[in-house]
Amino acid sequence: MNRDDILKDINARFPLDIVDIFDKSPKRVYIEIKPVSLTRVAKYIFKDLGARFNTASGVDTRHYMEILYHFTIEDIGLLISLKVKLDKSKKLEIDSLAPIFEGANWIEREMHELLGINFKGHPDLRRLLLSDEWPEGVYPLRKDYKEWDKKAIRDRGV
Amino acid sequence: MAKTIVPIGPYHPLQEEPEFFSLTVEGEKVVGIDVRVGYNHRGIEKLSEMKTFDQSTFVIERICGICSTSHPFAYTRAVEDIMDLEVPERAKFIRTIIAEGERAHSHLLWFGLAGHFLGYNTVFMWAWKIREEILDVMEILSGNRNNYAMFKPGGIRRDIKSEDIPPVIKKLDSIVPTLQMLKKAVMDDPVLHARTKGIGILSKEDSISYCAVGPTSRASGVARDVRKDSPYGAYDKIEWDMVVTQNGDVFDKVVVRILEILESIKIMKACLLKLPSGEIDANIKDIPPGEGIGHIEAPRGEVFHYVRSDGTNRPARHKVRAPTFMNLPTYKATVIGETISDATIILAAIDPCYCCTERMAVRNVKEEKLYNGEDLIRLSQEKTERLREKYNYER
Amino acid sequence: MSLKLKALLKSPWVFHLSTGSCNNCDIEVLDCLTPRFDIERFGMLLAGSIKHADVLLITGSCNRQSVVRLKRLYEQIPKPCLVVAIGECSLSRGMFIHSYNCPVPLDKIIPVDVYIPGCPPKPEAIIAGVVKLINKIKEGKAKKK
Repeated sequence: MNRDDILKDINARFPLDIVDIFDKSPKRVYIEIKPVSLTRVAKYIFKDLGARFNTASGVDTRHYMEILYHFTIEDIGLLISLKVKLDKSKKLEIDSLAPIFEGANWIEREMHELLGINFKGHPDLRRLLLSDEWPEGVYPLRKDYKEWDKKAIRDRGV
Repeated sequence: MAKTIVPIGPYHPLQEEPEFFSLTVEGEKVVGIDVRVGYNHRGIEKLSEMKTFDQSTFVIERICGICSTSHPFAYTRAVEDIMDLEVPERAKFIRTIIAEGERAHSHLLWFGLAGHFLGYNTVFMWAWKIREEILDVMEILSGNRNNYAMFKPGGIRRDIKSEDIPPVIKKLDSIVPTLQMLKKAVMDDPVLHARTKGIGILSKEDSISYCAVGPTSRASGVARDVRKDSPYGAYDKIEWDMVVTQNGDVFDKVVVRILEILESIKIMKACLLKLPSGEIDANIKDIPPGEGIGHIEAPRGEVFHYVRSDGTNRPARHKVRAPTFMNLPTYKATVIGETISDATIILAAIDPCYCCTERMAVRNVKEEKLYNGEDLIRLSQEKTERLREKYNYER
Repeated sequence: MSLKLKALLKSPWVFHLSTGSCNNCDIEVLDCLTPRFDIERFGMLLAGSIKHADVLLITGSCNRQSVVRLKRLYEQIPKPCLVVAIGECSLSRGMFIHSYNCPVPLDKIIPVDVYIPGCPPKPEAIIAGVVKLINKIKEGKAKKK
């Protein structure tokens, strides 16, 4: 299957789930989908198309919280980025991909503690990187993060 | 009956990166394992948003000491991807030379440490001695042994002088016979075979499910290498081979890395001889709004950077994913069912940006016995001694 | 007190500790062991446990998880001991000053005797720094903790 066949195929299988497809370059494409259809589309891309999961990146933007899941189909050299937008005024949660493939386990733990997104169905959502003394509910990668530690020293002392 | 293990963890002299492994054993067999990471977390993604695109390259270089070229390489590729920019040819070749030099010295470093774990201290000293020759080559080319600071978005910062090329090629040629000797010593030693063959097997299905990358997955038969699948730099302009083996055990991981060192030296020589003349920098002025992804093959696997720009001179979001992040969870599939004396070498075989296996402790609650990281390495070395005596006796 | 310190300098055993670094300085410290630089000819050995150590070599920018262990290890090391801070990160956290996970620099947590700057410092610089410290103590000028 070449690049255009794959895109036509995805378009045909998930007509109601896809919001937008953006062709950035011959090697890269962005597919925006609704949050509820994440597991269906990701399972198809991972299992049936044989793609490798690279990583997931959460971005805190002004209007919504975006999560991008990056998959690579090596045989044709195509990188698919699945974009999901979560409404910041509601509770931030989405289905977890860890039951489908193990590679998503740690990255979801990291996004949970650094951005505050809840992953439903994750087997083990405890802290990965931050220390035990870090307070609950403070998410460093959000744009409204403020320094909470009164004893921190932020100048060089000269 | 399971005895719970508590991680205690004196700092071991050979350990650099601190992580905690906690093993649950029954008798001599490992039945459960857990890891705590985060001891090196310095908040680099947030720091990158406070620096400009150029300053960010220097912060990114210090994510990891031995992969200090891979991260800036992937970052500059991500920034260039935002604008769909191609760097000049000479810059591509020089980037490839530096990246392969780093791969060679990183694999040699791992090789020496693996030798220490198995009780072959001579291998440790030899490997690090050869590594010094490669660091000399890097010092001639870039001016520093480790943090080369050669990369910038749009090209490279310093050029290679053409009078430096003949002495560098001569030095590279002089290393190859010693490497061939090391390779033969490893592949032919019966004790090493007994110690590492069939241990810590990662099957092909597990490797795909955990999305493992780099030599860890190539040793299990998954023929994936970013340099072949999405070529960058000069990799599609010279001849080189990808190294893949089928069994997925510790011995295969050793073999993949040794053969990759020899390939790296071959690639470096080919690039130095074919180096085109021309510009080294595309002179980028402003970064437009957009998103870019850069992924390259570091010594440990695929490094992935995602950069989002909103038109200002700072990144709006910078996501970094190191290869060990994907390889480390595979311990669940490889260590369980093996013995304690093999645990150190299995955990070290994925090359976890150093020996985090020293921070490992085993406590046998019933018999009031305590094993710390140093004891586990000693157990591993004692097993090698026993096997050595057996083979000498049989001979 | 200073007699004890002078005695231990004949063959100092060093203990190496990383508090959240990129490991470059740590590799350069290990490089000192290899045949090219070979600190064993000065009598310096890497100690296996903190209780046998005379000199503490510290790298890294002291992130929150490591500070707990750093304090515990400093309590266990037999005094008098010498503390050597290697690399920019342990001097003042270098470029990680504004990081949310590195609140305090090393010399506000434990007292430091020698600072060796560099990113990373070459093995020659590390050996030179340690030798300078040893000479200073022999002449009785350095303070002991």
